[in-house]
Amino acid sequence: MPEHAEGTAAEPTREVRDLLRRRREQIAQRWADEPLFRAVFTVSRDEAVEAGKTVVDALAQVADAARVEDPDAAGFSTVREQLARMGVARSRSGLSTAQVSSELAALRPPVENLLVADLPEDAPAEHVRDCVTTLSVLMGTLRVVVMQTALSEGQALIDRQRLQLLEVATPVIKLWDGIVAVPLIGTLDSARSQVVMETLLESIVEQQARYAILDITGVPTVDSLVAQHLMKTVAAARLMGAECIVSGIRPAIAQTMVHLGLDLGTVVTRASLADALGYVLHQLGVGIVTPGTNGAGAR
Amino acid sequence: MSQVLPGPHGAPVTGHVPVLRLGEILLVTLQGDLHDSTAQQLQEDLAETIVRSGATGVVIDVSGVEIVDSFLGRILAEIAGQTGLLAARTVLVGMRPAVAITLVELGLTLPGVHTALSTEVAMELLRQQAPSSRFGGLRQESQ
Repeated sequence: MPEHAEGTAAEPTREVRDLLRRRREQIAQRWADEPLFRAVFTVSRDEAVEAGKTVVDALAQVADAARVEDPDAAGFSTVREQLARMGVARSRSGLSTAQVSSELAALRPPVENLLVADLPEDAPAEHVRDCVTTLSVLMGTLRVVVMQTALSEGQALIDRQRLQLLEVATPVIKLWDGIVAVPLIGTLDSARSQVVMETLLESIVEQQARYAILDITGVPTVDSLVAQHLMKTVAAARLMGAECIVSGIRPAIAQTMVHLGLDLGTVVTRASLADALGYVLHQLGVGIVTPGTNGAGAR
Repeated sequence: MSQVLPGPHGAPVTGHVPVLRLGEILLVTLQGDLHDSTAQQLQEDLAETIVRSGATGVVIDVSGVEIVDSFLGRILAEIAGQTGLLAARTVLVGMRPAVAITLVELGLTLPGVHTALSTEVAMELLRQQAPSSRFGGLRQESQ
């Protein structure tokens, strides 16, 4: 083998690097047949081969820098985005992290076979073992890189969705002149109740609303923390000159609150949003008359 | 004696907040940063003015106040307390959302204070619920 002009005593890392450079085409071809590449690059096999080549190049670069154990090696930076895309694509199609990881592990044997085949037959067993180990470490690092990028992608997705949820979940509705309502939906944590409080107070100023109804029909559970958030919102609205009514207290929640000894103090509470609206209209001196009775009904 | 007395923090007393009288209601408008000594001066002025004029209500417009610290919060609560003792009522008007949130976070919910969104609403509130005079309850029935 002419490539082995440097002699069999080459360092395992260099050996692996040379293999990756020499067998670039074959490795990429074999990888293209592996489930990971087949599943990600469904359109054409050539695309998969091209992607495989970039990964092989990156691995060779990492080996060249003798940083096979370092997931932050400069060589990975060129393929990081592509690897992340592959990882995310596999997770999206419903694979667990362990499954993606084992698909990545399946990329190792083809390279390993080529490596062993390329080593001279009279190479000392120790050297063969060292080369194989180095390759394993390198492929392991590749796995770490993919997992890392896929995880941070997932984290970014979660962060985006959390922000979207904050925006979506806090509409302030004008029910009547001077009456606004906030239908609270989902668990009230500190961040969300802060957003609710701010949007509610802003709209109180905007609409010159003297009454604000907080409807907690969509809040699954009320514990002391949620109650505290509600009390804070009510107190802040009161300081601005608006009265708050808490409505939508389901029977189970009413029981829980009594069991927990939660005291909403002087806050006006009603069972349903309709009751709350009725109470507020009464306070404002607005009456509702059923049509057809010419206003001469029982009211 | 035109000597300028130092305030609690060594700064000279910056002056009085004007207290306007509208019939039986006193109107105070707070603007911008309020110095601690000015706030204390206002507290004294209000007590004296209520006693002198026989006002039944105090309207404090805080819409121009952007920052409230615990000291000013306490002063406001004390003003409400002393006004109550003098048989008048206090209405805070136009508090900004950020200020309201700050006060709540500081634990100053000002329980004895009435609040309103605008001065107009505050006046209406005082007219509706105030006793007709300081001798509350004694109303002359006109035939």
